Amino acid sequence: MANKLKVATTSLAGCFGCHMSLLDIDERLLDLCEVAEFDRSPLTDIKHCSETVDIGLIEGGLCNAENVHTLREFRKHCRILVGVGACALNGGIPALRNHIPLQECLEEAYLHGVGVEDAQVPNDPELPLLLSKVHPIHEVVKVDYFLPGCPPSADVFWKFLTDVAAGKEPELPYELVHYD
Amino acid sequence: MKPYHISIDGQAVPYQPGQTIMEAATAAGIYIPHLCHNPEFKPHGSCKLCTVKVNGRSAAACTMPAGEGQEIQNNTPELNATRRAITRMLFVEGNHICPGCEKTGNCQLQAVGYYVGMLDTHYPHFFPTRRVDASHPDVMLDLDRCIVCELCVRASRDVDGKNVFGLAGRGLQTRLVVNSASGLLKDTDFSAGDKAAQVCPVGAILIKRKGYEVPIGERIFDHHTIGEVSLEHDQAVLGADHG
Repeated sequence: MANKLKVATTSLAGCFGCHMSLLDIDERLLDLCEVAEFDRSPLTDIKHCSETVDIGLIEGGLCNAENVHTLREFRKHCRILVGVGACALNGGIPALRNHIPLQECLEEAYLHGVGVEDAQVPNDPELPLLLSKVHPIHEVVKVDYFLPGCPPSADVFWKFLTDVAAGKEPELPYELVHYD
Repeated sequence: MKPYHISIDGQAVPYQPGQTIMEAATAAGIYIPHLCHNPEFKPHGSCKLCTVKVNGRSAAACTMPAGEGQEIQNNTPELNATRRAITRMLFVEGNHICPGCEKTGNCQLQAVGYYVGMLDTHYPHFFPTRRVDASHPDVMLDLDRCIVCELCVRASRDVDGKNVFGLAGRGLQTRLVVNSASGLLKDTDFSAGDKAAQVCPVGAILIKRKGYEVPIGERIFDHHTIGEVSLEHDQAVLGADHG
């Protein structure tokens, strides 16, 4: 096919479960490859998007400065930006830390946690700065579509991508919409 | 008895004097989305999800009496968009992290979200800091998820006769409080068998040691819309009342 859809994917503050769910479409990946090709993605190990990407699938919320940078870069290159999964949608499980001051979180994890040895809060300049709260991605960039779920099922990815490939407005039937 | 009728989305719906629009609609098998309303209790009119247009004016169907000559709009794109906005606001005002909540799959707020086509929350999240009260041996109170519907307040007061819960504050500061000197649930006569422990539409009141009892795929809203579930429940209650 001459003009395959370019699909990029990336993960912010998430667990990569949404990417695993994408892979879970199993042998239908072969059908998908007839109409779409992967651009930037942990699956291709391509680090940056092509100038223009048709669909950007982004999982995870924003918990540090690098997440914000990645999200903005992704938005710049993706014609259709798709927030994937609960973390992108509302912060998800990482957002459970939002009612605890960041300092307390770090101290609990790195100073007072069970089994911690040589206790110290990591402070390497290469580490991205943490945000005081985890935020969903729509608070920073415009998001065109959301696929809710933790993770969205393989069928959700399949339905969305095949609808777009067919030039249709993507629609999810009731059975496929879950927030968990 | 003389037949009385209102019109809902162009359909003639019979009603009895004294019935609300919600009651007449329910009896006729018409679902009007709602969260703070439960026909077992006196209407509260707080969530506004059941807002309909009555002769062009907005009104809460759960509190508005049915009356002759009412032309009511219910299932319209505009009203459903408003309901979607209300549902989104309910989500961002609390901490509704569905994957981390025991109530997921059986949660009415979540199911209303599905019903009104909510795929994202749209608004900036408040991420409020709220109290979790795990002091009671059998019941957990997680105010992160409270939508201030007052169903537990009404159930405790009107059915259990205990007055365990109340609302304090106004506007955005409105919050559920527990009627004990310590403010803790353990210092009340609340019990897991109370009606108030059973009516929470979200995961704010949870019975301990019951979490995730029903596996994913077999929960209430995995296969049924809130419209179906709600109509079945509400019609049964209204039928019992009228019987």
